[in-house]
Amino acid sequence: MKIINKDTIIENVKNLCIKANCVLNSDIKRAFEEGLKNEESPTAKTILSNLIENADIAEKRNMPICQDTGMAVVFADIGQEVYIEGGSLSDAINEGIRRGYTEGFLRKSVVYDPVCDRKNTKDNTPAIIHYNITEGDSLKITVAPKGFGSENMSRIYMLKPSDGRDGVIDCVLKTIEEAGPNPCPPMIVGVGIGGNFEYSAYLAKKALLRPVGKNSEKPYLEKIEKEILERANKTGIGPQGLGGRTTVLWAACEDYPTHIAGMPIAINISCHVTRHSECIL
Amino acid sequence: MDISLHTPITKETVRKLKAGDTVRITGIIYTARDAAHKRMLENKDKGFPIDIKDCTIYFAGPSPAKPGEPVGAIGPTTSYRMDKYSPEMIKYGETVMIGKGKRSAEVVEAMKKYGCVYIGAVGGAGALLASHVEECRTVAYEDLGAEAIYELKVKDFPGIVVIDSYGENLYETEPEKYRKD
Repeated sequence: MKIINKDTIIENVKNLCIKANCVLNSDIKRAFEEGLKNEESPTAKTILSNLIENADIAEKRNMPICQDTGMAVVFADIGQEVYIEGGSLSDAINEGIRRGYTEGFLRKSVVYDPVCDRKNTKDNTPAIIHYNITEGDSLKITVAPKGFGSENMSRIYMLKPSDGRDGVIDCVLKTIEEAGPNPCPPMIVGVGIGGNFEYSAYLAKKALLRPVGKNSEKPYLEKIEKEILERANKTGIGPQGLGGRTTVLWAACEDYPTHIAGMPIAINISCHVTRHSECIL
Repeated sequence: MDISLHTPITKETVRKLKAGDTVRITGIIYTARDAAHKRMLENKDKGFPIDIKDCTIYFAGPSPAKPGEPVGAIGPTTSYRMDKYSPEMIKYGETVMIGKGKRSAEVVEAMKKYGCVYIGAVGGAGALLASHVEECRTVAYEDLGAEAIYELKVKDFPGIVVIDSYGENLYETEPEKYRKD
């Protein structure tokens, strides 16, 4: 059994919030460079250069890449031989978010009541935490802040089994085309296939954690990912929706068994500032 | 060649701008997101907290400024959330909107009728755009935090005319040129 003190968790979550928001992961930077090489549109080239420059400024000045530093999504994979001392894991994670967003000068974008008052919680809590119990004695924490320009463009479709593979790809493409310029393309697209209504959405979010450039290990999903990427980059939407070849930087699919009567598909659209940072305690 | 614009930007200037023009804005612009728009229009009988005639509104909510810096990251937010409010703002004198993403037919109609232009700033380039902001002060609705109205003094703030005052719209024309069916 391993004992982890809540203060260790708080400190690590705080640092992950700041790192994720201020340092663009190298896989996305590489995708910008790649896009720049293949792009035909002069406007698109300028925009991709701006995005590279933006990431450099953010990292150098330790400021957020994007002002929408998101709602904090946290994936906590906790080994069943881990004991948290000093308080609850959820409280520790939220305290880490509170400190990260306050001390890191990140934007507080969370409101208490979604419908009427919409009063800001002022510290970006609560986080959305997905727990997963694993074997062993380690605690893996991933902080994935998610902006809402792209979150608002995400969709769930409850397809029929007869819609098949083409049905899956068509509804992903439809979601991308309808989103157009709104989610800050070039986008990264997470697709959750199967499970049920809420689990497909979880899978889509989880798919966004996969590094750009890495396909699914399941051959059928890899083929779907490649087809989505190819077709999305023929839509012409381009960076910022102003035309071009670089509409989607990457598409990642995750699947799960589902019911005989259904085929749920969730499409979590993400922007070119798809952020995630992790630590293992 | 970028077109230099100095605020306040008049209707006459706006009518000369064409979709696809790249611009650099210098002067005073105001931030406002949905919450600020809602409050401004609900209280319009008491007067606007900004000089609305020929004003430039930037749909944005910055991240907090670090000590010694004028502003945090400040890129545009998605503009369609302001579609409900923009036609009225344009009627009262707003001439320039800066944001990102699609606009409704009603907004475009108001832009054509009264003379207003929609400029796209690069979404997600918050750190880069912050380098064009020299000063920032809260003008109204401080309780809204990032959603308050901020007065920004900007220098050579970069943008592209996405929808002009004649209804020409790059989001409709440009992707078609690169579409491969």
